[in-house]
Amino acid sequence: MSSIQIKNVSKKFGKAEVLSQINLNFEENKIYGLLGRNGVGKTTLLNMISNRIFPTKGEILVDGDRISEKPAIVGKIFYMTEKNLYPEGMTVEKAYMWTHAFYDGFDMEKAIELSRKFGLDIKKKMKSLSTGYHTIFKTITTLASNAPIMIFDEPILGMDANHREIFYKEVLNSYIENPKTIILSTHIIEEIADLLERVVIINDESIMLDEEVAQLIEKAYTVSGREEKVNQYIQDKDCIHEGIMASFKSATIKGSISELDRELIESLELEVARVELQKLFIYLTGTGGKW
Amino acid sequence: MMHIDFESQVPIYVQIAEMIKNDIIKGIFEEGSQVPSTTEISVNFKINPATVAKGYNLLVEEGIIYKKRGVGMFVCKDAKATLIEIRREDFYNNYIKALLVEAEKLGFSKSEVMDMMKGEKR
Repeated sequence: MSSIQIKNVSKKFGKAEVLSQINLNFEENKIYGLLGRNGVGKTTLLNMISNRIFPTKGEILVDGDRISEKPAIVGKIFYMTEKNLYPEGMTVEKAYMWTHAFYDGFDMEKAIELSRKFGLDIKKKMKSLSTGYHTIFKTITTLASNAPIMIFDEPILGMDANHREIFYKEVLNSYIENPKTIILSTHIIEEIADLLERVVIINDESIMLDEEVAQLIEKAYTVSGREEKVNQYIQDKDCIHEGIMASFKSATIKGSISELDRELIESLELEVARVELQKLFIYLTGTGGKW
Repeated sequence: MMHIDFESQVPIYVQIAEMIKNDIIKGIFEEGSQVPSTTEISVNFKINPATVAKGYNLLVEEGIIYKKRGVGMFVCKDAKATLIEIRREDFYNNYIKALLVEAEKLGFSKSEVMDMMKGEKR
């Protein structure tokens, strides 16, 4: 049961501004997707939330406490990083014990049970784990942490389809058993779209979109049909993407469909479809993309 | 078959409710028997629990399922008959009208459609 408030946060590395005046809330007990193209500052933001680096401007609060004033509050967060922080020669089992020593809530039994489910040999050393199993090890550590805020950075990197399936199910089981705030930062959007309650997209150093996933269906849609008919329909609409194949055209529109729109769609013989989150992401964060 | 269409314009929670209704009509979930828990639906279909709960609330509001505290969700008495009654009312709009629209597009006359329905060759 924990929330994060990010207030007016900017981060510069030297002269380069990576994040500019970010205002964002991660509300308690919701599953978030944190999306953005490579290098937009997702990891920078997560590193600031977990107090590993500090904002140039602004402040971050966990459950109302400023982490700059009360760093211990960060103990509510378990952050699975991209990098592995454990020594190369350490076995998985040892690493679990080590985590347990530093993190009170860590559930050793859970970690071992999850290792069995994922087929991770706990006697293996860090250096002998494949990319997929490296990710699995870090994922298990986070899932077993029992933290009220769990942050996963690229949790499915290198995992095969079976392992990803186990991961999604375990995240949901963990959430249902004990509601918590979960942030998934990933590039594999299609598979996680319906797992999420809210989605946050970072683009051009700022928050481009912060919406409930279920609401997106009412915020954007796609129409398709004969090119001139689609053109006729979109002339007074806020169009975020257009695609043409011969005389077939599809267009993605920001906004909801009014009764009048429905009539027009029918008379122009257009098809309406839902915009998938992944496609919306590509349209918004591509060159010239807007929201 | 239990199925969710993730590309459909129909919201996921409505689809979840429809899926349960279909299976009640088919007799997979009988009156008085238990339907899958929201957890089972959530984990199996990888759908956010809040979305699943919304679909189930819809079913409760419509008097299709009810909650037994600490046990689970069960099919209401007469749920099947109620659902069939609603489907019968929608049958003309959802099927007959759509059939005639498609037939007209393809140039079939009404009597040709009637003949097909009777199982006769054109």
